[in-house]
Formats: sequence, C-alpha cells, structure tokens
Amino acid sequence: MNDSAFTRRLFLERGCMLASLAATVPGFIERSALGVLGDPALASQPGIPEERVLVIVQLGGGNDGLNTVVPFGADEYYRARPQIGIRAPGATAQNGQAAALLLDQARGLGLHPNLTGLKELYDEGLLQVVQGVGYPNPNRSHFTSMDIWQTGRLDAKGNGWIGRYFDNQCNGTPMPEAAVAIGRNAPIALEGDVQKPVAFESASLFRWNGQDLHPSLQAPYDRINRAAGDGGFAGRAGDPAKAETQKEFLMRTALDAQVSSDRIRAAVAKKPLVEYPNHALAQQLRLVGAMIRDGMPTRVYYASMGGFDTHGGQLGPHGNLMRAFGDSIRAFQRDLKESGHDARVTTMVFSEFGRRVKQNASGGTDHGTAAPVFLVGPSVRPGVFGHHPSLTDLDQGDLKHGVDFRSVYASVLEDWLKAPSEKVLRGSFQNPRLFKPTA
Amino acid sequence: MGNPFQPLPDKEFDYLAAQHLLNRAGFGGTPSQVRALQALGLDDAVDYLVDFKGERVANDGFEFKSDILREQTPEERETLRRARATGDAETIARIERERQMRQNADRAQIAEMKRWWLARMIETGRPLQEKLTLFWHGHFATGYRTIENSWHMLMQNGMLRSNCAGGFATLARGIISDPAMLKYLDNDENRKASPNENLARELLELFTLGEGNGYSERDIKEGARALTGRTFRGNEFFFDRSQHDGGGKQILRRSGNFGGDDFVSIILEQPACSRFIAWKLYRFFVSDAPTVTRDGAETIERLAKALREARSELRPALRALFRSQHFYALENRQAIVKSPTQLIVQTVRGLGTPARSVDRLVEAGDLMGQELFQPPSVKGWPGGRSWINTATMFTRQNTAVFLITGRSTRGPASGADEPYDAMQLVEHLRGAGGALDPRECIRSVAAFALGAEPGPARVAELEDYLDGLGGRIDNDRMKALLCLITAMPEYQLC
Repeated sequence: MNDSAFTRRLFLERGCMLASLAATVPGFIERSALGVLGDPALASQPGIPEERVLVIVQLGGGNDGLNTVVPFGADEYYRARPQIGIRAPGATAQNGQAAALLLDQARGLGLHPNLTGLKELYDEGLLQVVQGVGYPNPNRSHFTSMDIWQTGRLDAKGNGWIGRYFDNQCNGTPMPEAAVAIGRNAPIALEGDVQKPVAFESASLFRWNGQDLHPSLQAPYDRINRAAGDGGFAGRAGDPAKAETQKEFLMRTALDAQVSSDRIRAAVAKKPLVEYPNHALAQQLRLVGAMIRDGMPTRVYYASMGGFDTHGGQLGPHGNLMRAFGDSIRAFQRDLKESGHDARVTTMVFSEFGRRVKQNASGGTDHGTAAPVFLVGPSVRPGVFGHHPSLTDLDQGDLKHGVDFRSVYASVLEDWLKAPSEKVLRGSFQNPRLFKPTA
Repeated sequence: MGNPFQPLPDKEFDYLAAQHLLNRAGFGGTPSQVRALQALGLDDAVDYLVDFKGERVANDGFEFKSDILREQTPEERETLRRARATGDAETIARIERERQMRQNADRAQIAEMKRWWLARMIETGRPLQEKLTLFWHGHFATGYRTIENSWHMLMQNGMLRSNCAGGFATLARGIISDPAMLKYLDNDENRKASPNENLARELLELFTLGEGNGYSERDIKEGARALTGRTFRGNEFFFDRSQHDGGGKQILRRSGNFGGDDFVSIILEQPACSRFIAWKLYRFFVSDAPTVTRDGAETIERLAKALREARSELRPALRALFRSQHFYALENRQAIVKSPTQLIVQTVRGLGTPARSVDRLVEAGDLMGQELFQPPSVKGWPGGRSWINTATMFTRQNTAVFLITGRSTRGPASGADEPYDAMQLVEHLRGAGGALDPRECIRSVAAFALGAEPGPARVAELEDYLDGLGGRIDNDRMKALLCLITAMPEYQLC
C-alpha cells in the first residue's frame, strides 16, 4: 500500500484544520494547550511525525563553488587560481594551499580540505553534489540573485517558492508552524500569500517579554491570550458558519501563538543527543534537530550562514567557513540519526551564486554564476550529479550553468515533498530525479 | 432605511468618536488631543485633519543626496572601455569597487530614509498627510530592492505626498512619469519595436480599474504602446520620442494616436475607476474585515460617486467619508487590523510613550511585515488579517512593551532609559482633592488604549491584577497595566 500519499493527505487536512478547528471546537483549545500534539499516542497515528521534512541551508554572500567542489583534474583551474587554488588530493600543502579531499578520481573532483564533515557523509552515501546549478542571464547582485533563488522566479518578484508550495497545499487556511526559519527575519522563500513563516533567532525570543518586567504579569497575560471567553470562541462555537469577527480571529491567533511558543521552547530546552560544534550554523541546526525530534508539525526549516562574499585574501577565511559548514551539517545529520528521524529529513544547501573562475588581484574572487547545490540525507541519490561546468567554455569569464536551480526545486517538490511542481514554480522544469526511487 | 453616507449628527460626535476619527485619519493622539479634537465639533474636526491644518513637520528630507548613484561621466566610461580593451584588471577592479561603494552608500541612505519617514509619521502635525502617503505607497507599490536607487524612491515619496489628497488624475499621471515606477515596472524598456506591457497591465489591474473590471488583453497591449518611450535620464523623467509608438490605438473603445497621458484620461473616464479607488480607500480607512456589509457596499458606491462628482479630487470625498454615519457605526469600530506602522506610530502618539529608538522601531516594522519603501510586490501590502500570524503577534506585543518600558529582547537599545510618564493618560480623572480612583483609571485607560469600551472580563482581569499589587495606582503600576492592555488581542485593532 502506498501509504505516504495517504498520510500526507491526512497530515495536510489535519494541518489545515489546526487553525480552523480552534475556531469552532472549544475542546481543542484545552487539548492543544496541554501539548496534545506531542502526545506519543497521537504521534503514532499516521500523519504527523512520519512526515517528510525539508531543511534549507542558505550560504549567503556567494559561496566559491570552485573551491568547495574542486575540479583538480583541470589545468585551467590552476591557471586561473595560482594563489588560491586547492591542490589535488595527496599533494603537499604549499603557501596555505592544502590538498583537496578526494570525491571522484575519474572525474577529477575533490572537496575543500576542511569539508571533512561532508566527506564523511559522502563516504556513507548520504551526500549528493549537484554540479553547475544556476539560471539563464545570471544576476550578480547579492540581493537580486538571492531573491531569484528564493522566489524561484527570474524576475525575482512575488512571494517565495516554499510559501507557494504551502499555499497550493492548503486552500486558504494557513498552517501554524508549517515553516520555521531560524533567524531574525523570515526569508522570502517561506512567504506565501496565505502561509506565513515563523521566525526567531532563539526560542527565548519567541514569547512575550512583558513578564520580565515583573513575574506577576505572567498569569494575567496567559489568561488574556489563552482565553476562549470574553465573547470569543465560546460564544460562537455552535455556529461555525458565521464568519469570524476580527476580534475572534485575533484571539484565535493569539492562542495559536502561545501554543507554538510553548511547543518550541519545550522542544529546544531538551539536551541534544550529540554534541554540536560552536558555529552559528551548528547552533541553528541544533534547534532544528530538537524541533524535529520533538515531533513538531513543521515541514520546512530554514537556516542560514553568511560571510561567503570573499573578494580578497580568501584562502584562510573561506577555509574557516568550509570547516564550520561541513562540521555543522555532519553534527546535524548525526543528531537526526541518533534520534531516529534521519529517514524523514532531507537537507538542501545553496548559495545565491558562485564566484568567478579567475582569482582577482587581491587574492579573492568576485561575484560569479553557477555553483554546486548539496542534498543531504538517506533518501537522496548519493554521489555527484551532472557535469562540472566547463572551465574553458566560459561566458565572459564565468561558468555556464548545466542545471537550472528550478529543476532542483522540481525534484525536491515532486520526489521529496510529493507535490506537483508546475504550479509552484509557474512553469515546467525537467525533474533530474535527485532522490532514490524508493523515496 | 437611512443613508449610511449621511453625516453623523454633531451630538453623536463623542469622545470615542473623536478618537476613532483621529486613529483612522491619523495615528491616534493622547487623551487631551482627543478632547481638543472633539471640542471642534464634527465638521471642524474633519476639516482640521483633511485640510492638514496642523503644524508641518520640521524635518523635510532635504539632507538626502541625489547623486549617490549618478551615471558614469564620459571620461569614466572611456577609462573603463580602455581598461577592458587592454585587459587592465586592476583598473576594472577599482571601478567595480567604486561602484560597490556607491551601492553601499545608497543602501545606507535608504535605511536612513526608512527612519526619516517613520520619525516623520510620529512627529507630524498633519497625520492624514503621512497616512495618505502611506496609502498611496501601498497602492502604487514600488520596491527599493528592484530599482536600487534611494533618491528615486524619495522623489516618488515626495510626489505621492504632494498630491496625496489632491486629484487622483494628478497622481496617476505622476506615477507614469515617475522614474522609480518606470524602472520598477520596466517601462524604461518599453520601446516602439518591442513593447513591454508590465506598466500598462498594472496600471489597469492594480492602480485604476482593478482586476477584470472591464478591460481586455487588447487594451493592455494598446495601452503599452501608448506608454512606449516613457523613461528617465538620471533623476528626471524623459520622453524618448524615438522610442514612442505614435501610431493609432484603440483603448477601451476609444481610438486615436494616444500617448501616456491620453491613456490615463481614458481610464479615468471609466466608472470602474472611481469604484475601485473608493473600495481601496474604504478598506484602508473604514474596515478591512473579510466581508463588506450592505451599508459598507452602499458607502463605497456613494464614495465613488463623490469622487466622480469632484472630478476625482480626493479631499471632498474624504471629507464626506469621515463625516458619514457609516464611518462611525459600531460595526466599524475596531474593524481594521492595525498595520505595523499604525501599531508603532499609534502606540507612541496615543499612549504618549517615548519613541526610544527609531532604528529599533523600523526593524520592528520590518519584522511585522511592513518594510517601508519595500512592499512585498506591486500589489502592495495585502493588509487586514494577513498582517497577523503567530510570529508577528509576539513582535507586536513586544514592540509595545519596548515602547512602554524600554525593555527589549533584542538587547539594549538607545533611548531604553527615557522616562515614560504614563500617568498623563489619567490626569484628567483627578478629583477635587487630587485623588485618583484606581477602578476609574483602569476602565478609562483600557477604553482609551483599545478605542472601545473593554469587556467586563477584561476589566476584571486588570482590576484583579492591580488589587494583587495593593490596589494603588502609580506610574509603574500604570505601565504594567499598559503592558497587559497592549497584549490583548484586540489591541491589534483600531
């Protein structure tokens, strides 16, 4: 029996109902306030915890793809990057230029020496490298190119591709907590017309802070924001057809917010099962791991890491970024495995663009175009997908993309989230089948 | 069956009605400001707001630079050309760095402009002027990130402000000559040989008639031809005659060799146009509840008629709207979800808190979903219930806590220690002996902050809280009460 479609549908119906139920069934309010969704009895029902999760990791600033996945077999690479090229696997380090970790001898590909974390995952068959991902007429502005990736549209306009995915799944009713971003602002990627993401830097900020003024404020605040009374839901529970008033709507959302806040803070308060390194990305992923473990109904998480705009003297700084990136992803994957949730999670890593092939006069690289995307998890087809972009057939000194990023999205949508991609992407993009057929 | 557009009888213009007017046609005011407005009587109160009789705000924005993103001089172009020809990487890199620096300076300037505008809304004596400018900014939505030119955003902001209560025709003509909009909707690429329909489409669909309201794809195509050649040079509108298609066009059943201004005139003749603008004004000023009541529909129809009769002049129509019974009807009190900007500015102006840190307030506005000069798309901010979700709810409540107490989860902010005298909200309640009745204070402050009489459960909650603290009222207790009141879900309404 194909139960994945079945459970997904159930989840979606349930997810869509979370909000609307609260408006008409007063009993739900109490039950959810008590955290019934985390109840193991309910958790074992088809629908919620088995559901698939997508974690998006954004590398902001334009990660140097050529020094991340290193084409050590190409002489042009070393000619273009005499001072900053990564040496071939096995070579001795020279002038700070260390040797790559071997990825694929036949294709002449290696990983940045500090990506030991990713290399481990690769050896275990949990990593997929999609090479040369980009889009036509590349835009070299950070803002615009990031918007293009996040909206999934070449004109960079409108809301986000994940937001549209949720909008299409759930007609008219947002699902609370469907999309969670760790960070100050929610990325455009998660913004839909109806679906709005939850965003917080740390869970302690995802609550009312008036009680810090005086603890006595907490109890009345809770009664005010968790109340079903004052002519709120109780008064109209028997008449679901009647349109919700503005005030009722606000009271319901306030209650949803309290429930979300309780759940999220309870989840992240638990000790992680593995040690996470002290990098910012690792700490974000630690929160994500905790929320997944706790059975949050969230389908898409978003984490990000900045600092990739390496215009000058990049060898050292980019090396540090690679270390932080690889170690963070490894710790996250170990945590998921430890908690037994790894099979339902796929992580996708992207950056808004790669960098120019030729190093610049300051030992750095300027804004470029195509770059690799990483997919991590037991459901992805492991290995290297696609061809490395040619280092000789360039477009004004930049790589030509081989895979459109919207094709990657199409595969993630269709094969992982099991959703039709055309409506979300507003067009038909060839699905490169990046997941195992069993996924 | 009364006419809901009839003026409210003057005697019904009570304190809460005056506050309602000041909240909606502005950003609220302190109890003494509300009393002063009420004392004017309905007609004069409306005129005071609609005719911008208050003091002009001092800070007018002239300190911004217009030439950060100036075009390259012929000399600079020549240097670059030569560097490219000779493969002079160092010069190319230097020019690129300079361009980057200019772009960074421009982003710093738009950040400054966001603070400038928010401060202006907080300080102005002409609140309706700023509120209308914000309305038109959302209507003729243009985003900085697409055009990356802060001065053009400022010019547009000035154009919208100058004409905000004037003729809609002037606004519509202004917007098809506005460099920021021309860039945003690609009309700088709308050329005779290869028309770009973006501006023509949105002009019909979002700016004037509304989607599906009596125009066809053909009208868009022909309209786009009428708009060819409308572009800009530097900071100025430029009509590029060589790119304009001067041929005959057929738009909305009219034929002629139309240009952009003719296109606008033809649109404005359509009754759908006044109806669409009336509907948008209604959603912004009267109610953004999901369903429009029968009285609401009648009011929109009459507001549209008022616009037509005034040849699309906004002032007479707004005057009639702000006087109308329907505007003050019970169904329209607490019927609008405060926009993030409204929430911030009204909390400062109404409760009389210090603004503390405009920087922090701008950031809060962004987090709550309203980044000034950056509407999410050409459709502007959808508003209403879309402002509210579980994340923005906390940000809204915490922004009020910050303004009232200076406390912030985001670390220390400048202005956090500025004292706030919350007792000024109840000074007028002092009895003959100078004493204050705590219960009267609670009821009065809750009604004032919420803009409506609070329910008995709410009052009881606040009274219990104060009783637990000894039942006395003082500044600290008043601030704590305000933290609770602003955390009530209905505080998000106005």
